[in-house]
Amino acid sequence: MIKYLLNRLAQLIPVLFGCSLVVFLALQLLPGDAAQVFLGDREYNQTDYQAMREYLGLDEPLYVQYYKYLTNLLQGDFGRSVRTHEKVLPAILERIPASLTLAAASLCVALVIGIPVGILSAVKPYSRLDQGSMIGALLGVSIPNFWMALMLILVFSLYLDWLPASGRGTPPDLKHLVLPAIVLGSAYAATICRLTRSCMLEVLNYDFVRTARAKGLLEFVVINKHALRNALIPVVTEVGISIVGLIEGSTVIEVVFAWPGIARMAFQAAQYRDYPMLQGCVLMVAILFVVVNLIVDTLYYYLDPRIKFAGAAHEG
Amino acid sequence: MKAEAAMAIALPASRSQSHWHRYYRQFLQNGLGLFGAVISILIALLAIFAPLLAPYDPIQVQPDKIFEPRSWSHWLGTDELGRDFFSRLIYGARISIFIGVVAVVFKTVVGTFIGLITGYFEGFIDDLLMRCLDVLYAFPRTLLALLILAIVGPSIPALIFVIGLGGIPQFARIVRGAVLSAKQNEYVVAARSLGSTSARILWRYLLPNVLAPILILSSLSLARAITAEASLSFLGLGVDPTLPTWGGMLRAGGPYLRLYPHLAIFPGLLIMLAVLGFNAMGDAIRDILDPRMLNRVRGGRTT
Repeated sequence: MIKYLLNRLAQLIPVLFGCSLVVFLALQLLPGDAAQVFLGDREYNQTDYQAMREYLGLDEPLYVQYYKYLTNLLQGDFGRSVRTHEKVLPAILERIPASLTLAAASLCVALVIGIPVGILSAVKPYSRLDQGSMIGALLGVSIPNFWMALMLILVFSLYLDWLPASGRGTPPDLKHLVLPAIVLGSAYAATICRLTRSCMLEVLNYDFVRTARAKGLLEFVVINKHALRNALIPVVTEVGISIVGLIEGSTVIEVVFAWPGIARMAFQAAQYRDYPMLQGCVLMVAILFVVVNLIVDTLYYYLDPRIKFAGAAHEG
Repeated sequence: MKAEAAMAIALPASRSQSHWHRYYRQFLQNGLGLFGAVISILIALLAIFAPLLAPYDPIQVQPDKIFEPRSWSHWLGTDELGRDFFSRLIYGARISIFIGVVAVVFKTVVGTFIGLITGYFEGFIDDLLMRCLDVLYAFPRTLLALLILAIVGPSIPALIFVIGLGGIPQFARIVRGAVLSAKQNEYVVAARSLGSTSARILWRYLLPNVLAPILILSSLSLARAITAEASLSFLGLGVDPTLPTWGGMLRAGGPYLRLYPHLAIFPGLLIMLAVLGFNAMGDAIRDILDPRMLNRVRGGRTT
C-alpha cells in the first residue's frame, strides 16, 4: 500500500512539472510580447516599456525565466494580477470554497438521483421503468448545461420568482445553491445512473447473489446488502473523478449563475487578459485534478485489493 | 511475400466483411440508434443545404425589423438586430457541425497515431509520449481552452485545435491498449517473421484491429465536441458573433430572456437534438461493436 502510494506520488512530480511548463509556455504564444499586453491600453513610452520588460524579466533567456517562474511557484508566489495587482494565490484560495460547495451540492444531486434509479433499472432490466430511465439518462447527458441553466432561470427565477438567478447570497445561503447544483448535478446523475445500472446487472449474475437468494434472504437485503456493495466500487471511482470534473465542468455554470468560484474567476481573467490570474487558476485546477485523482486511485485500491496496479496505473 | 498476401486476404478481410454486415443489421434493429442516426442525418442535411433552406440571408441586419414577432414572412420572428431568426438557426448548424466534425477528425487522427506508435514500439518513445499526454490530461479541458483562446484569440482553427486537443489522451490510451493486446496475435508475429516492415504491420494488421474502439470513441466524442463548441461560443470565445452559431445565438438571446425567451429556447433545442442524435448513435455503435467497452467509454472521465 505504502509502496504503491509512494510510486504514485513519484509519478505526480513530472506531471505537475509538465503542467507548470505548459502554463508558462502558453504565454509565449502571445502575439507581440507580454510587456505590451501587461501595459494594455494605457499610454506608455519606450522607457515604461523597457521598465516593464525588465520587471517581467523578458530580456533573460527562456529557461531562466521558467526557472524563476518555477521557483516562485514552489514558494507559493503565483505572481500578481495585472488588473487589480492583488496576489494571485490568495485570491484563488478565496474562491475555492465556493467552487467546492457547488461541486459537493451537485454531487449530492447526482448521487441521490443516479444511484437509486440505476439500481431500480438493473433490478428490472428492460422494464418500462428501465427504458424510461435510460432515455432520461440519455437526455441528461445530451442537454447542454448552459441551456438548461437558462431555462431553469426563465421558469424559476423570472416567471415564478421562487429562486434567485445569480450570485451566492450574502451571507451564502442554500437558496442560491439550488439551481446551479441541479443543473450541474443532472448530467452526472445520468452518468452515475448508467454506471450503477451496468455494474449492478453484472454483479446480479454472480454466484454469491444466487447463494444469497437461495438462502431465502429477502430480495431487498440481497440487492442492498450483497449486490450493491460490490457494484458500487466502479461508482466510487466515477464519483471521485466527478468531483474534479464538476469543478471544471462548472465553468459555464459559474458564469451563467454569477457563482463566485474559481472557474468564473478564470473566465473573468480571460476577458480582462489578466494572464497571471488566468495562469494561476488553470494551474490550480490542474493541481486539484491530479491530487484528487491520486486520492481516488488510492481509495479504489483500498476498496478493492484484487486490483493489480502494475498495468492499471498506466492506463489511468 | 506471397504467403503474407494470401494470409491477409484469407484472414482479416473476409472475416471483417461479414462482421460489418452483421453490425449493420444489428444497427437497423436498434431503435434508439436508428433514431439517433436519423436525427444526425437530418442535422447534417440542414448544414449542407442551409443556403437552399434558409429564406433570408442570416447576417443581413435590418434595423427597422428588430424583435419582430412570428409571422408568415419571418417564421420565428427576428432577433435583436432584425436578422431572420429561422435562417440563422438553419445556418447555425453549419459552423457548429463543421467545427465539431473537424475537431473529432483531428483528435482521432492524432490520438490514433500516438496510440499506434506507443503501443507498437513501447520503450522510451512510449514513456515519453504517454507522460506528455498525462500532462495534457491533467488540465481541465474548458480552462485549457479558455487559456489558449484568451492568448491566441478566437478563430475557427483555434477552436478546432482547443476542442480536439483535450480528447487526444483518451484516444491514444484506448488505441495503445488495443494495440498492446493485438500485437500478441499470431498473424502479427507471422507477418513480422515474414519480414513485413513496422509501418506495414501497423497499417495492415494493427489498425483494423483498433477500428472498433476508434469508431465508438469518435462517434461519442462528436456529441461532446459540439457541446464544447456551443459552450465556448456561449461564453463569447467562439467565432465572430455575426456568424450564426447555436451557442453564439444563445449568448445573444440571454439578455432578452424574459421578453423574448424563444431566442434562447430554439438554439438550445437544436444543440440538444444534435447532441442527442450523435449520442444515441454512438451508444448504439458501442453496444453493437463491443458491449464490454461500456464502462471504459461511458463511465469515467470520458463523458
